[in-house]
Amino acid sequence: MVDISSSESLVSAETIIDGTVGDCFSDDAKMSMRNVNVYYADNQAINNVSLDLARKQVTALIGPSGCGKSTFLRSINRMNDTIPICRVEGSLTLDGEDIYAKKMDPVLLRARVGMVFQKPNPFPKSIYENVAYGPKIHGLASNKAELDEIVVTSLQKAGLFKEVKDRLEEPGTGLSGGQQQRLCIARTIAVSPEVILMDEPASALDPIATAVIEELIDELKEKYTIAIVTHSMQQAARVSQKTAYFHLGQLVEMGDTNQIFTNPSHKLTENYITGRFG
Amino acid sequence: MTKKTPERDNTAIIKAGLSKRHRKETIFRTMGLTSLVIGFCLVLFLLSDITHKAIPAFHQHWVKLDVNYDAEWLGYEAGDSSLEDLSYRTVFRKSVYQMFPEVSGRKNKRKVAGLFTTNAEFKIREQIIANPELIGTTKPLWVRIDDDVDVYLKETQNIGEPLIRIDEFEASLVKKLYDSNRIEKRFNFEFFTSGDSREPELAGVKGALMGTALTMLVTLLLSFPLGVAAAIYLEEFAPKNRWTDIIEVNINNLAAVPSIIFGLLGLAVIINIFGLPRSAPLVGGIVLSLMTLPTIIIASRASIKAVPPSIREAAFGIGASKVQTSFGHVLPMAMPGILTGTIIGLAQALGETAPLLMIGMVAFIVDVPAGVTDAATVMPVQIFLWADSPERAFLAKTSAAILVLLGFLFAMNASASYLRRRFESN
Repeated sequence: MVDISSSESLVSAETIIDGTVGDCFSDDAKMSMRNVNVYYADNQAINNVSLDLARKQVTALIGPSGCGKSTFLRSINRMNDTIPICRVEGSLTLDGEDIYAKKMDPVLLRARVGMVFQKPNPFPKSIYENVAYGPKIHGLASNKAELDEIVVTSLQKAGLFKEVKDRLEEPGTGLSGGQQQRLCIARTIAVSPEVILMDEPASALDPIATAVIEELIDELKEKYTIAIVTHSMQQAARVSQKTAYFHLGQLVEMGDTNQIFTNPSHKLTENYITGRFG
Repeated sequence: MTKKTPERDNTAIIKAGLSKRHRKETIFRTMGLTSLVIGFCLVLFLLSDITHKAIPAFHQHWVKLDVNYDAEWLGYEAGDSSLEDLSYRTVFRKSVYQMFPEVSGRKNKRKVAGLFTTNAEFKIREQIIANPELIGTTKPLWVRIDDDVDVYLKETQNIGEPLIRIDEFEASLVKKLYDSNRIEKRFNFEFFTSGDSREPELAGVKGALMGTALTMLVTLLLSFPLGVAAAIYLEEFAPKNRWTDIIEVNINNLAAVPSIIFGLLGLAVIINIFGLPRSAPLVGGIVLSLMTLPTIIIASRASIKAVPPSIREAAFGIGASKVQTSFGHVLPMAMPGILTGTIIGLAQALGETAPLLMIGMVAFIVDVPAGVTDAATVMPVQIFLWADSPERAFLAKTSAAILVLLGFLFAMNASASYLRRRFESN
């Protein structure tokens, strides 16, 4: 018989989370979140989280299912606005600008803070149209040649151009899962965002496609600030410089990825990364 | 938990239940297939019956009349400027009597004249007005045969024998005409190119068809944009609260309101208050779009709701505004379903007569409407009017009109499925 009681104690809220341990702030922060609380109606999903996304670094958000990492990520570019019952409190800034300020337009914010989703979700249009859509709606290209240029460079940056250059007019939904996800990344970087948020971008992909995406993330950090939610600890260890561990809506520990994975300070973090639950 | 349960043979239990499950499936399959076959047979029976009855309406017998354009009969004097009011009736009568010199007696002579369509004299007038040189000559002229004779020719096995409304004397006249090759069967183009008439041989569907087309056009132009806009607003923009709930309930109720109520509304508001003309496709279209709107809104909302949220997230995620997301991504993906709803709504409206009763579109209207404000009637009303007429020839016309209405419906459906396919392939 499996001893259920012992594993329950590992995740129970009684295991004390008294504030965040580790180094959750950065000297060169692209985005700063302070004392963030997120509620779905009366349920609190995020409890007093503060952290920085360091400029041109990859920050991994890890934690067991339902710990609020996706909710937190979606608060950063106001995707939660579309959920009427969702309420965000606290200070969230992008280069010092309050992103929940009245004068901040969510359309502009999402152009600056792009997002890649868990399930590849290309538009049911051609590959070209998928990438060109963002620049088109924001008016980033003044003519067809410029647009073509943006599409090609975005596809190149996403490492997809070689595979699709002869079939740009074919529907994006006809690509394989990994290609679709890279198409979604190309679509995101076509708008030249400053920050890219990735919500488990490789969870629906096989190991080979995952490796390609991870390589891509590594290249993208030269230009972009990246936050990635992942369930795979190996992935977090491979692609990120900073790791934040969430538990039951709270930020338990944050620090350099090396340190988190080799020498975690908090008992919960240690239990999680050693695979004792989660 | 730890109590020992006797070993159970699960495979045997499942096996025992299998035959029952299979039997259930077989029964269901048979039932489904049976209902399909029954439905198909009924439709086939209906269609073949209508088609069979309609076939005679597509042909019309014509008769060659030797017209003697006698100046005296016409009452024409050299130098007369107006040819409009000459005695064409006299010319027609006398020419006919000339063809049958053996017939005497007023009653019999009337029967002779009755073999030809009543508008023969107008045909003669057209000839003279087009070509005044005909005066004083005798020329053959093909005119339509009277509807009773037409039916007789289509139904009789033996020309010359009396049948139904043709008595022995008339039958002998017809035989004489037939034997002298004066009767010809032609395709009845006029059925599609002329309006309604009291004379079955002259009646056509064009008036009603145009009326239906114009009414449907107004209905489509009003209900489609309004319905889709309402659906998008309610699904994508409106806050979910008590007010939107009330609106939703009312839309559902509206879909169930008897259509004649909408007709009353049209009469009271659109005609009496706004003063739009009676019997006009414009008013009919407005009334029918009131009826169609709930259907389109409900179908569109369901279709919009079915668009996966990931598409909205994808668009929002790269900074598309709500309008751009709704119109650029959600609407095209919902379009096939919206079109299906629209075609269901329009098909309902196509067969509707009750609301039109109230606004005066149920009328005998001869002229083909040229615009949405002209007096018009619609196909279902035309079918009803013909079915109600005593003349035997209208029997075939009624069936033919039903076929035309069905054809119109198929054309509408075909264009909708063409559009649907276009949206699906994108």
